Amino acid sequence: MPIKEIDLPYRVQYLSVLDREGEIDKSLDPQLSEELLVKLYRTMLLARRFDERMLILQRQGKIGTFAPLKGQEAQIGAAAALSPEDWIVPSFRETGVEIWRGRPMERILLAYSGYNEGGLMPDGLNLLPVSVPVGSHMFHAVGIGYGLKYSGQKALAATFFGDGATSEGDFHEAMNFASVYRTPVIFICQNNQWAISVPRSKQTHSKTLAQKALAYDMPGLQVDGNDVLAVYSAARDAAERARKGDGPTLIEMLTYRMSMHTTADDPKKYRSEEEVKEWEKRDPITRFEKYLVGKQILDDRKMQPIVEEIKAEIGSAEGRWLEIVEGEIDPLSMFDNAYAELTPTLLAQREMLRREISGEREAGSREKKP
Amino acid sequence: MPKINMVQAINMALLQEMEKDDRVILLGEDIGVNGGVFRVTDGLYDKFGPQRVLDTPLAESAIAGFSIGMAIFGLRPVCEMQFSGFSYFAFHQMEAHASRMRGRSQGRYSVPMVLRAPYGGGVRALEHHSESREIYWAHTPGLKMVIPSSPRTARALMISAIRDPDPVIFYEPKALYRAFREEVPEEEETFPIGSSRIALEGDDITLISYGASLRWTLEAASELQAEDGIKCEVIDLLSLSPLDDELFIESVKKTGRAVVVHEAGCSYGAGAEVVARIVQGAFLYLEAPVRRATGFDIVIPLYQREQDYLPGVRRIKGAVRETLAF
Repeated sequence: MPIKEIDLPYRVQYLSVLDREGEIDKSLDPQLSEELLVKLYRTMLLARRFDERMLILQRQGKIGTFAPLKGQEAQIGAAAALSPEDWIVPSFRETGVEIWRGRPMERILLAYSGYNEGGLMPDGLNLLPVSVPVGSHMFHAVGIGYGLKYSGQKALAATFFGDGATSEGDFHEAMNFASVYRTPVIFICQNNQWAISVPRSKQTHSKTLAQKALAYDMPGLQVDGNDVLAVYSAARDAAERARKGDGPTLIEMLTYRMSMHTTADDPKKYRSEEEVKEWEKRDPITRFEKYLVGKQILDDRKMQPIVEEIKAEIGSAEGRWLEIVEGEIDPLSMFDNAYAELTPTLLAQREMLRREISGEREAGSREKKP
Repeated sequence: MPKINMVQAINMALLQEMEKDDRVILLGEDIGVNGGVFRVTDGLYDKFGPQRVLDTPLAESAIAGFSIGMAIFGLRPVCEMQFSGFSYFAFHQMEAHASRMRGRSQGRYSVPMVLRAPYGGGVRALEHHSESREIYWAHTPGLKMVIPSSPRTARALMISAIRDPDPVIFYEPKALYRAFREEVPEEEETFPIGSSRIALEGDDITLISYGASLRWTLEAASELQAEDGIKCEVIDLLSLSPLDDELFIESVKKTGRAVVVHEAGCSYGAGAEVVARIVQGAFLYLEAPVRRATGFDIVIPLYQREQDYLPGVRRIKGAVRETLAF
């Protein structure tokens, strides 16, 4: 018997709409309204400024460890292509997506300053809390997708993760389930080139991460992940497919983590300044700004109020954060939500902590928490 | 003797064993070029190269399973879980295979590997970076489970763990990584797995602990001595599995009273086993119920409240005083 080729109809596309100078490929223009374009830009800038502000707060010891977003703001394009009834299942570097969806910034600050209350999302946001163990959360999008399909809703679930996550078995299992059950899911891989100190090239020998979709007979494409319009277009197409019942899609966003993995990390130990500088030239915000200025949607006169509004918005979020912190957050709330109803053992343990704390207060040995 | 911290002490043990035995291989996420997120493997990649210090792809189950294969083959892998909170991806490999291979193959194959993981609270970290779930491993037959409490015990236990013929889970109390320095002899020193030690001698009450909470226990003992003249005997378990019950049972026979301290949640924690052994081994010597000063049966809260969760000096002293007042 001769050796035969199995003909598999697979190709991986790479999509880029804006070039580094902000010039658009007209044939790929997603034709967004001026209002949406400005909102995208504004949210990207807000996310950048908020991220910078959090870094300052972290260095001042006012908040704890967090994973900076800087450089990955084009992720907001994916969130913008979704409808409010679509679910978002994030990892831990999706601050931009979260802000777009409506997670209040004071809640983000609350979480990173060590209060469990930061995990509370506003009602009906369809946004899950941050998930830290890399790659472990994609299943949940697949399950939610199944629920949406089962209940006949024309909505989908989008899940975000990084390049490192594609090495976890859970990633492959989630992709396989999504494909087998044809669930309305978008897998959005933010390939930011570095999983802490391990570069993408050492993470996997596959040429692209997008091609990993092909093993599950699912479309996979790569997009310029610093091009918000490309990200938007790819997510919109994937969302359309999902809503039509055509199943899941994997989108690999080629982007770059311009800052550290988390504030506890020092990238100088493992990567060159030149590489960072090279990627700074591809900054997603600068590029989009050039495009909007070229299109005369933005100019200095219109920029000024945006910048001021952003500053005020961050300032008032900080104000609300401090208000919550300075108001009474009861330490006993650590027992809240352990279960729907506290067990007898937990009630006894909570009572024990209450006595300890009131004893300390009486003895004057308890510090007031910041 | 140089005074070094626990990070340096574990690094020293790894370095010494790697120099001595070329079967010893290190692997894990960010342990090579970056030297580990806590710098425990700092400098070892430069010294031994990428064949012996592997920066793996991000996959904890693979790291454990791959190590099992290496160990079966005859290598001596020491793998790192970046945080114990991410080790549950690897739990299946350790439970289903590492712990069972000797029995399954009727002694033909064994898994002499070490799985290292920083654990525990008190360092103001994110979710999944502060738990103390050592009992999952200690409860698994076929695995050994050790937790050092100081630089010197860490160095000695690590050498013993690497040389042990069976899989050893080595939990590193990250609250103690850089908390204090101690003299650690250059020359080789081991500590038998399955043995405990007396960290402080006393006659009034026996306090039993391990890991970071041993430190808090010693602080509490020192305050109790200063404030009320209470002389605590403090036992450092070091191994949760196998558990050395002789030393603490003997101690309780002397003192008649005991408190077990750990940061893990109370129910089904190591304290439960220790109390059961005390009841079995020293029942007629007991003058008061044995108490536990522990964390609560909830997920450790984010850092603003972790000190209220952890069994600090306050909770330990309270338990001691109640036990003495019985």
